[in-house]
Amino acid sequence: MAMRFPRLGTSQLLALGVILLANWMVSPQFFDIRVQDGRLFGSLIDVLNRGAPVALLSIGMVLVIAMRGIDLSVGAVMAICGAIAASLADSHALPVVLAAALGAGLLCGLWNGFLVAVLGIQPIVATLILMVAGRGIAQLITEGRIVTFTSPQLAFLGGGSVLGLPTPVVLTLGMMALTLLVVRGTALGLMIEATGGNPRASALAGIGTKLITVAVYVWSGLCAALAGIVASADILGADANNAGLWLELDAILAVVIGGTSLFGGRFSILLAVVGALIIQAMNTGILLSGFPPETNLVVKAVVVLAVLLAQSPRLGGALAGLGVLFSRATSGGPRR
Amino acid sequence: MHATETPPRPLLAVTGFSKSFAGFVALDRVDFTLRPGEIHALLGENGAGKSTLIKTMTGVVTRDAGTMGLDGVEIAPRSAEEAVRMGLATVYQEVNLAPNLSVAQNLFLGRQPTRFGLVREGEMRRRARALLAEFGLSIDVAAPLESYSVAVQHIVAIARAVDQSARVLILDEPTASLDAHEVEVLFAVMRQLKARGIGIVFVTHFLDQVYAICDRITVLRNGRLAGSAPIAEMPRLDLVRLMLGRELSEATTERPPRTEDAPAAEVAAFRGFGKEGMVAPFDLTLRAGHVVGLAGLLGSGRTETVRLVFGADRADCGTAEVAGRAASIGSPREAMALGFGYCPEERKTEGIVADLTVRENIVLALQARRGALSPLSRREQDAIAAKFIRLLDIRPPDPERPIGLLSGGNQQKALLARWLATAPRLLILDEPTRGIDVGAHAEIIRLIRELCAEGMALLVVSSELEELVTYADEVIVLRDRAHVARLGGEQIDVASILAAIAEAPAAPPAAA
Amino acid sequence: MIRSLGRLTPVLATAAVFLAGFVVCSLIYPNFASLRVVMNLLTDNAFLVIVAVGMTFVIISGGIDLSVGSVIGFTTVFLALAIERWGIPPLAAFVLILVLCALFGACMGAIIQYFELPAFIVTLAGMFLARGASFLLSTESLPITADLYAHLSDHALRFEGGARLTVPAMIMIAVVLAGMVLLHLTRFGANVYALGGSRTATGLMGINVARTTVLIYTLSSVLAGLAGIVFSLYTSSGYSLSAVGVELDAIAAVVIGGTLLSGGYGFIFGSFLGVMIQGLIQTYISFDGMLSSWWAKIATGLLLFAFIAFQQLTLHLARRSRRAPAGAHP
Repeated sequence: MAMRFPRLGTSQLLALGVILLANWMVSPQFFDIRVQDGRLFGSLIDVLNRGAPVALLSIGMVLVIAMRGIDLSVGAVMAICGAIAASLADSHALPVVLAAALGAGLLCGLWNGFLVAVLGIQPIVATLILMVAGRGIAQLITEGRIVTFTSPQLAFLGGGSVLGLPTPVVLTLGMMALTLLVVRGTALGLMIEATGGNPRASALAGIGTKLITVAVYVWSGLCAALAGIVASADILGADANNAGLWLELDAILAVVIGGTSLFGGRFSILLAVVGALIIQAMNTGILLSGFPPETNLVVKAVVVLAVLLAQSPRLGGALAGLGVLFSRATSGGPRR
Repeated sequence: MHATETPPRPLLAVTGFSKSFAGFVALDRVDFTLRPGEIHALLGENGAGKSTLIKTMTGVVTRDAGTMGLDGVEIAPRSAEEAVRMGLATVYQEVNLAPNLSVAQNLFLGRQPTRFGLVREGEMRRRARALLAEFGLSIDVAAPLESYSVAVQHIVAIARAVDQSARVLILDEPTASLDAHEVEVLFAVMRQLKARGIGIVFVTHFLDQVYAICDRITVLRNGRLAGSAPIAEMPRLDLVRLMLGRELSEATTERPPRTEDAPAAEVAAFRGFGKEGMVAPFDLTLRAGHVVGLAGLLGSGRTETVRLVFGADRADCGTAEVAGRAASIGSPREAMALGFGYCPEERKTEGIVADLTVRENIVLALQARRGALSPLSRREQDAIAAKFIRLLDIRPPDPERPIGLLSGGNQQKALLARWLATAPRLLILDEPTRGIDVGAHAEIIRLIRELCAEGMALLVVSSELEELVTYADEVIVLRDRAHVARLGGEQIDVASILAAIAEAPAAPPAAA
Repeated sequence: MIRSLGRLTPVLATAAVFLAGFVVCSLIYPNFASLRVVMNLLTDNAFLVIVAVGMTFVIISGGIDLSVGSVIGFTTVFLALAIERWGIPPLAAFVLILVLCALFGACMGAIIQYFELPAFIVTLAGMFLARGASFLLSTESLPITADLYAHLSDHALRFEGGARLTVPAMIMIAVVLAGMVLLHLTRFGANVYALGGSRTATGLMGINVARTTVLIYTLSSVLAGLAGIVFSLYTSSGYSLSAVGVELDAIAAVVIGGTLLSGGYGFIFGSFLGVMIQGLIQTYISFDGMLSSWWAKIATGLLLFAFIAFQQLTLHLARRSRRAPAGAHP
């Protein structure tokens, strides 16, 4: 059994630091932050702002993965909720818009949770259904068009700022704080880690594993809804075809980079968000360095592999010795 | 060490096998000799090195030192596959075949008869039928393996190994999940193989089976060879002494005198409780300060009984009464609300959460009962963990250590702590002393007695009859998924229990 | 006999759904029930069937391959560049790309096997890599004008009524037949099922698990490459954004075809039918003219759900009927 201490997270923070430094080297004004109209601007702020949707998704995803699950539908849910928000924005008050979009996310989460917890379908299969159908539903809502809106209130959620910080960043921080409060402020975190670590033992210890399973999928749906709202608010419209496309993969990647095992158990919300920022910092770095943006996917692939290999029980500390950033000390003993 | 010390020439000669895992010596210069046509028991407590020896012999794990000769030719398989090709086959307790494939495919996987690269299905089935017929098995070989009983699956696994020209057959606890009749069938197969000159290494926990079929015994202890002798030269007492490394302490074998007072307060009573396909309806009364023991062969319905009592499975008939009131027990949560606790038999898969710390494992049930919204503060958790680590002498006494790193006995103690922390009025223990070292054994038995003295009701499943008789106030004997006898007071001794297991009348008394 | 019928139930159900769907479509649109529609169904979905055949192997073995769509995209771009810019003869380019795909799949299989990583995340990395690589090659849509392409797209078995059995369809049918033989009639096929039944047991039975795993992913990638070739024949172009999301369609087809996503059970023919059902939905939508394409996604989602729920139910029933005599000890 590999021993992991994801809470320490020094390697993740180190990796983020190194990437930011690298960005600074290709673009010396990277750390420059200026204030304009009461809002902070700069590449660093940009990383935070652009990273917000994936960070939001990863907050929900990390809980699902800690429960030995996976939620492939978050990208599609983003598209659905973004479509709802955009189509209602000009005809309804903001609270109604938000309630409708978040409610849709909640329903999507309930559906996934129902399939996984009640029908006992493997998570990857269960959420695949909504991943396939969800984008169709989103297109149904937008009737296949790109829906635009002008509501300044909704636009504020994407382009505005609170205390100088872009609203998406504030929303992400808020969601993170709320999730930490709900999960770590109660015994839910312990129960999730126990259930992810050993579902049968946890059920026999009296933990309501089914209820918690439904809850984490609902939470993931809510996070995806919020991400969808932010994404729509950012572009003042909803594109059912492309909103949130492949972001489920980025969110999973963020969670993995954040040190939470795909096999469930111990998790760290904070480090999942750091993982999302690492991904975004890489994206930004590639843009800044003048490489074609197409390189992005290749780099991501390499990072996925590097992180996975570093976490692989087979590889042990070999990569750590080579100074690979993401490796963590893993015990090299045989698995059986 | 001379390989040719005794005639006839050994079939398999292992010399000086050593293996360490990250500093822990699992195998230390072990010798092992198997003769043709010999059934050789390989015995030892958990952690003695049996499975490491088997894995190093069959190349699943690479050895650090030592040589192995098969028929005088030195071999060093690097994988199970290679070992099989060399004539060294292993059949594991949990049948290692593909459950979804047909019996015939399982028998011939990897060596199916082919023509032009295509599997000759008809020919394969014909051969499969012929092969199984040798072992007295006549079944539909086209059906998936998973549609047959575990015993049949074992015989299929053995037939596969033997047909692959296995000269040495290693049976790793094949009888653990078989009933008495199935064991007999397996033994018949083993005798037949013995007559063919195949050497069999037989790993088991059941001493009766050792004396029923083996020719020779080798005992390992703490990774070392503790002794090896023909069966006639090793009486049971010597064998147990070799395995345990000391004599059983008096305290664990002697039944203390019991004072028969007025019946104690009834904690829970079950009438006509049962579930189709699991266990026939039974009556069961549990009293404060009393231990009810459940005895029977594996698969006789003991675990099923306690799972129903704890609500891990839902009974489909009967009534439950707890503290004088009708109660419904449909889930572990409901059972816990009634003050029940349950330490399951499968410690690794149903007990511990390996990645979590000892502290987290201990507080888990208490926290679950309080609900997620009223978390125990860290200080409360620390206090509870510290208390039980001290009380039960859990080692190492580090509450922040992942429980997976503890020994089996200490994991078991932590699980007991998990339930004791909820202060249950009824504690259900399923094989509390299985797979743990002797020291922890004695401590757990002492603890059972103490809890009992404090007025807790206990329901204990145990295969260790000698132990059971020392602490049980009542023993219920199960057979074939039914409660078949109830022994109380002076009737409780090993001989009576065994007799009840073997001979009790078939009609379950529970149907009163 | 009854047992083997039981195993065929999912495929029979898929066949029934397809036939029922076809009958319904024919009742609504009288000219639907024609050889031409059927032949077009085969041609239009040829590349998807080929990918689904590879995916069936992967899924039966208990894995998943998310990279196939990207591999198709890469193949089309590579072919366009190789043939049009680098002047490599088409047939040589075909061989080259298939070898490349084989290496790619073998690498993924080896990583899954030797580093004990979940297939879905490794092939996810493969998906990024292949898509990224095709972006790096070119982000434009490149026409392929080689003679062979024109010749192959012309070549077809013609039937009356304008129905044509095209080269892509012929390749697809050959792949399905070869896939059926390989999966159901060879040792390799039995090993694939065994892996899906129990990985450790397969190893202990002396099957070379590593080799089988590597081969399975190699096969899947090679078939994805072949699908890419067919796709480029079909479109006479190469584009790095082609076949986005095809992995999902393929997985959906495999599941609708009755293969258990957790591995161990399934049939190639079922996957073929699964693709045909999806194709039928598309054809219906194009016949209707009023319905929009997103209904196809929703319908596929619903079908997916129906089949998964059905699988879950039969598994549940099977476990229940087995538990009674054999005992509850897992």
